[in-house]
Amino acid sequence: MIELQGLCKRYGEVRAVDGLSLRVDAGEVLVLLGGSGCGKTTTLKMINRLIEPTAGRVLIDGADAAALPPHALRRRIGYAFQAIGLFPHMTVAENVAVTPRLLGWDAARVGRRVDELLALVGLEPATYRGRWPQELSGGQQQRVGIARALAAEPGLLLLDEPFGALDPLTRDRLQESFRAIRCAVGVTAIFVTHDMVEALLVGDRIAVMKDGRLVQVGSPRDLLRNPADAYVAELMDTPRRQNAIFERFLHGDGA
Amino acid sequence: MSEALAAQLDLLPGYLTAHLQLALVALLLGAALSVPAGVWVTRRAALESGVLGLASVVQTIPSLALLAIMVPLLGSLGALTARAFGVALRSIGYLPAVVALTLYSVLPILRNTVTGIAGVDPALVEAARGVGMTRAQRLRRVELPLAMPVIVAGVRTAAVWVVGAATLSTPVGATSLGNYIFSGLQTRNTTAVLVGCAASALLALALDQTIRLLEAGARRRSRRLVLAASAILVALYGYTAASLAAGRLAAPRPALRIGAKTFTEQYILAELLALQVRRETGLDAEIVGSLGSTVAFDALRSGDLDVYVDYSGTIWATIMKRGGSFATRDGVLEEVSAFLAREHGIRVVGALGFENTYALGMLATRAAELGVGRIGDLAPLAQHLEIGGDYEFFQRAEWAALVETYGLRFRSQRSMDSALMYQAVAEGQVDVISAFSTDGRIAAYGIALLADERGVIPPYDAIVLAGPGVATRAPQALEALGRLEGTIDASTMQRLNLAVDRDGRAPGDVARELLDGSR
Repeated sequence: MIELQGLCKRYGEVRAVDGLSLRVDAGEVLVLLGGSGCGKTTTLKMINRLIEPTAGRVLIDGADAAALPPHALRRRIGYAFQAIGLFPHMTVAENVAVTPRLLGWDAARVGRRVDELLALVGLEPATYRGRWPQELSGGQQQRVGIARALAAEPGLLLLDEPFGALDPLTRDRLQESFRAIRCAVGVTAIFVTHDMVEALLVGDRIAVMKDGRLVQVGSPRDLLRNPADAYVAELMDTPRRQNAIFERFLHGDGA
Repeated sequence: MSEALAAQLDLLPGYLTAHLQLALVALLLGAALSVPAGVWVTRRAALESGVLGLASVVQTIPSLALLAIMVPLLGSLGALTARAFGVALRSIGYLPAVVALTLYSVLPILRNTVTGIAGVDPALVEAARGVGMTRAQRLRRVELPLAMPVIVAGVRTAAVWVVGAATLSTPVGATSLGNYIFSGLQTRNTTAVLVGCAASALLALALDQTIRLLEAGARRRSRRLVLAASAILVALYGYTAASLAAGRLAAPRPALRIGAKTFTEQYILAELLALQVRRETGLDAEIVGSLGSTVAFDALRSGDLDVYVDYSGTIWATIMKRGGSFATRDGVLEEVSAFLAREHGIRVVGALGFENTYALGMLATRAAELGVGRIGDLAPLAQHLEIGGDYEFFQRAEWAALVETYGLRFRSQRSMDSALMYQAVAEGQVDVISAFSTDGRIAAYGIALLADERGVIPPYDAIVLAGPGVATRAPQALEALGRLEGTIDASTMQRLNLAVDRDGRAPGDVARELLDGSR
């Protein structure tokens, strides 16, 4: 279980995140949803201290995240980046094995874990283990990125728009894969996105952010039925609007 | 293969080894210094421009000047260490050359380390933090490996620079491939110059390509390329280390170290002194050739050199800083001897018998045409004439005294290598030169020396100087050298110089013939 208490990040006069409090239960996937610049990525990075909060606390299973050295904290939290960030001088296997090795796992255990994870994210271990990241497609690279985030069996997974840079078809497949992985692993996760459909697909609950503040948090059904304000209502209505456009084209009105 | 080429190639193993000892050690030290410094600097953004700026300043110092400046610098540092620890640093030879070349190699490696690390994709640095690496792990596992191709490219640049600049260590007394070039230029031995240039260019190319191989191997992650390149480098470094160690173990300091400045007469005289010592005493004498003028004196004073030939007027003007007022030739010699003994513990072993004085020279035909026979005759004409002098002439007290006393105002003055002055005046490129009176080319080119009727230029007796302590360490050598006193007159010296400068004879052969003939 993870709890954010009054998290703030200020850059001079700008309040990137302003007094955010949230709770994520064990085994739950929470989506942080909002437009660009709403503070969702900053929030995510404050959880594993890639960004140090100006004020507020992060409690992981009741323990203050600030009490650990940052690198030790991060080894316990998986992180998948939008930019993926696979190390180009390491093979796929070496990339996945990074955190377990930092934790001092023995080679046999690391090897088993790498194969297990590659299989989990849908990459045949024998084929992909020795490949270089540059030889993979964007979608395959992000699969490796997720495997790397999961490698050290973290209690918490942070995903920062992991599918944001991928083409729509690849994105659909990876979203499906993520649901499958979730079921298999049962991980607690915070998933940042600006895509409403993705939020509905992957999240147990959705937290909507705007201008550094939390606007509403609840299950997709809650948000659809009882939006807290016009912004949330408009946001939740996006799939329907898109569908309407689609329908229009389908029946020839838009041509 | 011609005999001349064969003679030069015989010297190649020694010079090449010495060159490798300079260049490879400087490169290694430079890399060992610059990579950590570069890493350190990237962690402190405020320092970055300052440190890079400082390295650039070092780079803008001409390499020859940087090398030369190390001699007095290490000399003063040596005086300090001698006082503090009882060990003096050697101010000429290997040490100053390696220090200067190391400094020279710093900039490209430092700059590339900084840009290499700064150029690592920020997303990868964040990923490295995100997966839980500490700062040190991030550096070692991500930043340095990714910056490595850029850093290696910097090492490559440094390698080419250092191999080239190492040829300039000859004047500070370190043997290198530059010995070919310096002595070859002075003694008009084109073969020597070409062999020296070709060897250093090939060495630079070979080193550059080897490191390029390493770089390509690292980029392409080809284990075979990396191994092959590393094997070559390890072999080169192994050889260098072994030769350095062997030099240290097998060759103790020779009994006598004899210096030569950078002109023909000095090469001949150094050979002559060495030969005399070997023959008469059986002691081992080594020649340190092509030293800068003041480098030789400093080295003698500090004990890095035991014996060399200087000229009374040079000591008088540049060391004693005495002006135009002087008594007779013998008077100057006496005062110089007393001064050297008193101030520096240097002993004047004897005057060889000839003077090699500065004299203004013109092509005889041209002098006759203009009606110039004495320096005084030049004064009204000088504003239409151009004068050429060696590197130091226009800085020397004699020149100031000439200008002052005779009121000389030349249209322009050009500094050039002393080996080229005579040809320049013979071809009419300059009208007047600061000739050395014993140079054989004076007669050969039909150059007339102008009389110094007002006695501005001091006498320049060639004198054999011995450093402090030589008299007690090798008295028999000084005795043998003393027997050379008064044995060479000016016309003999001219003849010997011409034999080398015009006929391309080796200084050692010329010296041997003289010694054999005088027996």
